[in-house]
Amino acid sequence: MTTVEDSVRTMPARAMPARTSVLERVLRAREISIVLALALLVLVTAIGHPSFVHSQSIRDILLGAAILGVLAVGQTIVVITRNIDLSVGSVLGLSAFAAGTLLMNHPGMPIIVAVLVGIAVGAGCGLVNGLLVRFGDVPALVVTLGTLYAYRGVAYLWAGGSQINADELPDGFLKFGTATVLGVPYLVLIAVAVLVVAGVVLRSYPAGRQLYALGSSPDGARLAGIPVGRRTLAAFLASGTLAGLAGVLFAARFGTVDAAAGNGYELNVVAAVVVGGVAIFGGSGSVWGAALGALLLTTIGSALPVLGVDQFWQQAIVGALILLAIGIDRLIAARVAAALKKRGSHVR
Amino acid sequence: MSADSDRPAATATATAAAATADSLADAAPPAGGGRAGPPAAGRGARQGPGAQLGRLASWDLGVVVLAVLVIVVASASVENFGTSRNFTFLVLDLLPIALIALPMTFVIVTGEIDLSVASTLGLSSAVMGSLWNHGMTIETIIPLCIVLGAVLGAVNGLFVTVFRLPSLAVTIGTLALFRGLALVVLGDTAVADFPAQYTNWVTGTVGGSAVPNVLIPLAALAVVFAVVLHATPVGRWAFAAGASEQAARFAGIRVGRLKFWLYVVTGAVAGLAGVLWTLRYSSARADNGSGLELAVVAAVLLGGVSIFGGRGTLPGVLGGVVLLAALQNAMRLSDVSNESLNVVTGALLVVSVLVPNLIRRTRAAVSRARHRRPTPLSPPLPGS
Repeated sequence: MTTVEDSVRTMPARAMPARTSVLERVLRAREISIVLALALLVLVTAIGHPSFVHSQSIRDILLGAAILGVLAVGQTIVVITRNIDLSVGSVLGLSAFAAGTLLMNHPGMPIIVAVLVGIAVGAGCGLVNGLLVRFGDVPALVVTLGTLYAYRGVAYLWAGGSQINADELPDGFLKFGTATVLGVPYLVLIAVAVLVVAGVVLRSYPAGRQLYALGSSPDGARLAGIPVGRRTLAAFLASGTLAGLAGVLFAARFGTVDAAAGNGYELNVVAAVVVGGVAIFGGSGSVWGAALGALLLTTIGSALPVLGVDQFWQQAIVGALILLAIGIDRLIAARVAAALKKRGSHVR
Repeated sequence: MSADSDRPAATATATAAAATADSLADAAPPAGGGRAGPPAAGRGARQGPGAQLGRLASWDLGVVVLAVLVIVVASASVENFGTSRNFTFLVLDLLPIALIALPMTFVIVTGEIDLSVASTLGLSSAVMGSLWNHGMTIETIIPLCIVLGAVLGAVNGLFVTVFRLPSLAVTIGTLALFRGLALVVLGDTAVADFPAQYTNWVTGTVGGSAVPNVLIPLAALAVVFAVVLHATPVGRWAFAAGASEQAARFAGIRVGRLKFWLYVVTGAVAGLAGVLWTLRYSSARADNGSGLELAVVAAVLLGGVSIFGGRGTLPGVLGGVVLLAALQNAMRLSDVSNESLNVVTGALLVVSVLVPNLIRRTRAAVSRARHRRPTPLSPPLPGS
């Protein structure tokens, strides 16, 4: 990462209109290219197999993308601060099991209580991650790699081999997973709401901008008076909370929850975020891109079996996409740096 | 991130950039030798070899003592732990972790990471099963699988050193890619009918004693890696590159080439681990060893290697491997399920980085407090 890129990332929007426009064009290009890839994929699949654009299969894709998207929004918030949260899959599993167990044992309980408990479990897990990163001085990679296994282990200690089945859950909860408003599932509406709130906060509120600043240059952010420790903690708290929410959505959608729920999700989430153009070293990217990345990955997952590609290819494709995305980011970063240098010398 | 806490050490080595590669590498280990100690290089002074050794020993010795303690306590309190049969199992269990931890120590010492090792192991295992199904002889398959591991490692090395991408992101990508390819190769089937001659050798012991056959190559490799890390220029380059990559470059060390070959070696060893894993369980599966990267990284960090690079010792890492394996073995014998064991592994990983940090911080605070006291030789600090 060169200093040129760093300075571009932290630059306030109004101060340097010429420079930001270059950056904005690049970012927009990323989002547009995902949309194009998505459209192409849907088109190719739909031409061969018209049933792919049937409302049922679109709904399935949207439901899957909603859960992955909520996780990706949380992950984006953390990655922007130059950290990473690998524990989200395990947090999802723990929260899904907590909400499910609660509803199974107290069928008469209002659903919102279970939802809140699931979210609280996620927030607790995120808080532990954040505290360890902030006060323990331990890199986020190590902390969340450790808690990835620790939280999963807790889920296994708690659940053992038991499984919560759909018929043990109250109907109201399951309906919450499938019900729609004007044809749009609740789950998707919730995910969109999360996306819009996070997008607006990151784009237009001081707290959001400070996350970008501290991801671009932690030292610079500290000198600028940004409470780096508190913001980092808040980012992990947000990621954990959203993973908790995703766990509840998971339980509502599938109705079947065991200790392995969400196993390996962290790979898809990181892939969605990276494919969506969020730089793994912090300071750039948007939740919109990450959400599009989640949608693209989910669509690929649904399109492969329709296209007759072996389902076993899916994980390999996820891996290849991660490598492709970070490779492209590298290329673009180098180009932008070169373009800025040129522009800078021209102005002077 | 807290990489900032290493800044003093980095600048100190940077001032030594004009020095030759060797003297630079000499300066690197004390910068980190005692993980628990204060950042020594920040003061710029070079301590004598005795002090170096003492600092190097502190954390490693602690880990080794702890490992012995766990073994003693478990032998006394856990049924069947102290038996010779269990010793064989213990060694077989720690074999893949110990094998991969050897090159992983080098990779982490240079300040990089490889999270794809378990997937390399899985792909090696899957390919081994597939080739066996296609009628190839086991004598051809085994070297092929090791070469395959080296090629996979070269892919990582290429992305990290030639394209200069962050190793964390690259190896998360290849973690998914290699495991995905393993699934493509073998699907969810298993291949089991490997020749008994080989599977028996892997699970067997030396002439009826409790020493497993596999301990001999493992010990030989451990000695080779330890000598290379602590007594050859390659090891010194690794420490120098991890302490300050820029300074190492200025000193004429080909950091990129070093890292590339370290990834290749890591891949090859992971490929070998895949072969041994397959033979041990006599089962080639695409999901073999999944999640093993955690245990490897945990063992390496537990053994006193800094995640920021530039410090660590191989004996310490082996102590970490034994500690981890003994704990898991004892818990398994006490009927704790495999999945629940992850709580311990995960917690150990975090603790192994957290505790030295806390100790260092406390020591720094104590020494600051001490320095504030005016001494007869130095004038009182302004404002005190």
